[in-house]
Amino acid sequence: MNLTEHASILIIVIPLIASFINIFLIFLKRTLCYPFFLLVLGICVILSIDILSTVISFGTLRYKLGGWTPPWGIEYVVDHLNAYLIVIVSSISFIIAIYSKDSIKKEIAKAKLPYFYSTYLLLTTGLLGITITGDIFNLYVFLEIASLSAYALIAIGEKRSVLASFNYIIMGTIGACFYLLGVGYIYIITGSLNISDLTRLLPSLYESKVTLTALAFFVVGIAIKIALFPLHRWLPDSYTFAPSAVSAFASATVTKVGIYVLIRISFTLFEPRFLTEITPLSNMLIWWSTIAIFFGSIIAIGQRDFKRTLSYILIAEIGYMVLGVSLGNKEGFIGAVLHILNDAVMIACLFMIAGGIFYRVGSRNLEDFTGLNKNMPITMSAFILAALSMIGIPPTAGFFSKWYLILGAIEAKYLISAATVVFSSLVNALIFFRIFEKIYFTKKEVIPQYTFRELPLSMMIPIIITALAILIIGFYSGEIISSIIKFTVPAGF
Amino acid sequence: METIISSKPLLAIIISLIAAFLIAITGEKARNLRETWTILAAFIKFGIVVSMLPDIINGKVIEYNLFKITPELLFHFKVDALGIFFSITAAFLWIITSFYSIGYMRRLNESAQTRYFAYFAISLSATIGIAFSANMFTAFVFYEILTLSTFPLVAHKETEEAKKGARKYLTYLLGTSIAFQLTAIVITYNISGNLNFSPDGVLNKNAAPFLVTITFLLYIAGITKAAIMPLHSWLPAAMVAPTPVSALLHAVAVVKTGVFMILRVVFYIFGIDLLKSLDLGTVLTVIASFTIIAASVIALRQDNLKLRLAYSTVSQLSYIVLGAALLTPSGIKGSIIHIGAHAFGKITLFFTAGAIYVATRKTKISELDGIGKKMPLTMASFTIGALSMIGIPPFAGVISKWYLSLGALEANQLFVLVILTLSTILNACYFMPIVYAAFMKKPKYDDNFKEYSGGGIHEAPMFVVIPHLITAILTVLIFLYPSFFLEIIRVILANIMGG
Repeated sequence: MNLTEHASILIIVIPLIASFINIFLIFLKRTLCYPFFLLVLGICVILSIDILSTVISFGTLRYKLGGWTPPWGIEYVVDHLNAYLIVIVSSISFIIAIYSKDSIKKEIAKAKLPYFYSTYLLLTTGLLGITITGDIFNLYVFLEIASLSAYALIAIGEKRSVLASFNYIIMGTIGACFYLLGVGYIYIITGSLNISDLTRLLPSLYESKVTLTALAFFVVGIAIKIALFPLHRWLPDSYTFAPSAVSAFASATVTKVGIYVLIRISFTLFEPRFLTEITPLSNMLIWWSTIAIFFGSIIAIGQRDFKRTLSYILIAEIGYMVLGVSLGNKEGFIGAVLHILNDAVMIACLFMIAGGIFYRVGSRNLEDFTGLNKNMPITMSAFILAALSMIGIPPTAGFFSKWYLILGAIEAKYLISAATVVFSSLVNALIFFRIFEKIYFTKKEVIPQYTFRELPLSMMIPIIITALAILIIGFYSGEIISSIIKFTVPAGF
Repeated sequence: METIISSKPLLAIIISLIAAFLIAITGEKARNLRETWTILAAFIKFGIVVSMLPDIINGKVIEYNLFKITPELLFHFKVDALGIFFSITAAFLWIITSFYSIGYMRRLNESAQTRYFAYFAISLSATIGIAFSANMFTAFVFYEILTLSTFPLVAHKETEEAKKGARKYLTYLLGTSIAFQLTAIVITYNISGNLNFSPDGVLNKNAAPFLVTITFLLYIAGITKAAIMPLHSWLPAAMVAPTPVSALLHAVAVVKTGVFMILRVVFYIFGIDLLKSLDLGTVLTVIASFTIIAASVIALRQDNLKLRLAYSTVSQLSYIVLGAALLTPSGIKGSIIHIGAHAFGKITLFFTAGAIYVATRKTKISELDGIGKKMPLTMASFTIGALSMIGIPPFAGVISKWYLSLGALEANQLFVLVILTLSTILNACYFMPIVYAAFMKKPKYDDNFKEYSGGGIHEAPMFVVIPHLITAILTVLIFLYPSFFLEIIRVILANIMGG
């Protein structure tokens, strides 16, 4: 069997089956669960890199599931955009799996650990499935797999996480329903569910009210799933009360995959002109995301809880990506796709640091961060790097995606959006430097005398990897754009 | 123009980064070794910078392409005459300040000295980085690094006041650079498609005048390090830092980086022709004139010596901006000479302020009566620095003032002459009373300073005194032998005025 040929199905099937096997491992030997879990995710990373390199050298991959020819059978289609997302999702998943070893032990009961690993694998399966499939109904199935496992993972956090997860279920289900309704409408008028097939069929139906309704359902459904302000209410609570590893994993991947779905629906399922000329959607999304950036940043200032601050910053970051996607020019789109990667790494790093501080100090309150640099110098250095990237200080990665976003906004003559992006950078600077001041410049007398040292290695290494990745990605931005992102830009931009 | 490819610019930048690393790992326990790294790096850096000088004087340019981040954002270095002039000044004064720092910090038993020396070294890397940047993007990166690396130096004392000052410092410098400077850079790129510093300006001559004007104003507002009013108040706030920081960074490196960037923007982004055609030079002239006078007036009212010096810096920096804004050969000459002249004069003044603090713990001007008898060397240096600031021969300041006045005549801006005269009078008004009180008045007996009120000579330690003597003597030497300055300036002028 040729591995490369089947890589796109293996990357889904392996974690899916592994998540069941993992539960049976409890009866065999409990201590095997974690190494097995890590091994599976490691295999996913290797497969994803294999897929990406195949796509870069040979172009789009197509895989017929069960040998059925599309549009009747399900087809997996991997182009540059999917491959890029798959690598991000599987790498983040693997890195945070390493991190979870020690961090999760403090947060949930030992008996529940194997179930955590299984659900985590299921979430990875769902996210990878969403990105890899070329069928809009199949995408819905994976969306539900991902969402259900995310609800479960969030609910195993601290006490209040159950309510947060419940809110998420309600909102998430509405979002999923809307998406499904969109799929239904499209199916009624075209009789097809295959994305490439639909790309061919839909243009003749652009004037139809049904198509418009379907689009509306898609967009609102996805907006809920990616927590686009003001549909963001589920996110801050969920990511604040969830276990640290889950917050880090979900914040870095779930919303990014949602953005991917938005890109697919907007530019592959429909043509760019449908969004700009026939419907006012792209104009609407620009203003919507500008508002999201503005309010996400503003609300973030007022938070005292570190993870909640990060959640609101994430909401603003989601606005960035939606903005870039909807600007309708090359620069904006490149900015958005580059920001998917940058934001995934930055936010994962920051949430892991938040988890690390919680692991040692037992608090997420910013007031308790005084003088932490004495005890955790390496973690705090990583924090500075991630925060600078969030603000957008060159040469960290965050600068480059912001650069393209601002350039795109100016190119598209949305100066207010450009100004909002700049404004949100300033707000981030305010937020993070306030925290730095607490950490670094507090008089010795008021610093609580913690005796702990740095984090355990299993938590340190992922933090260091992501922090260094921020720098490395920054320096290789041009390389990433010219070898991957350039090919994802929709025709006509 | 002949181009030499060499990694020297990169080495000059990296050497102090390496030093910062060594300083950090050496730590407080082996402090003599730690200080060795600083001194060693300072000398090597100066050596590398000077070694590039002969080629530059011969009209060559040294380039080094570090890497491309994206096709349009390049991380490139290019050493030209303007860059070498600024970097020699900064690198030379770093050597002197390093000795001074050691004396100052040890005598006062300051805490966190390792952090202090490490960030000091990083700041110098960033300063040289800006001097050698080949495009606006590279310069912007170093500009931000400089802000960030000087932040811990301003907050050094960790008191509420220090934190407040540092907060203001960061808000002004980082805030405006992101809000205005970055926006201006993006617009520049949007108009012209690249960000390279080019001797006749990179902006398209046919760009919409309105957009060009907005971009120009965004640059002026975004390069807050030049402390042009009304965005100057971070500089007085930064005076909470230890005096060596105020001396090198907030009289030379950081603020000069600001004016240096303004010169880059004026001559290498916009170009003389474009600014002349839109009359934007006059706009900048007016803003700078206002700053010169307003800052001097505020300086008059300060009783804290360092604050008075800070406002004097705000005023003097605008001389440099003013000279550039005149857009005439003599104006530019005066502007560039003043970068050096002010650097030597002002660092002398700050060194003496620090010396007074080290020897007597006094910070206020009203407490300085009769101090000239106790600290004759220090107050002699102070007098030289002050006279140079005012612009009296035989000190460096008079040369730049001379060329600035010529430039004003060439540009037919007679009001600038009035401003310069008025400012000279104001400078005299806020410096001479200090000199007078120090030498002529009788010391007041002060309960707060009993232990320092004894008779006889009571100078600061040699490490603190010798540096300000050296810079004071150099202030005289620059006046006597300005040919080094003029030689470099000839190359710069040939470059931007096209022969």
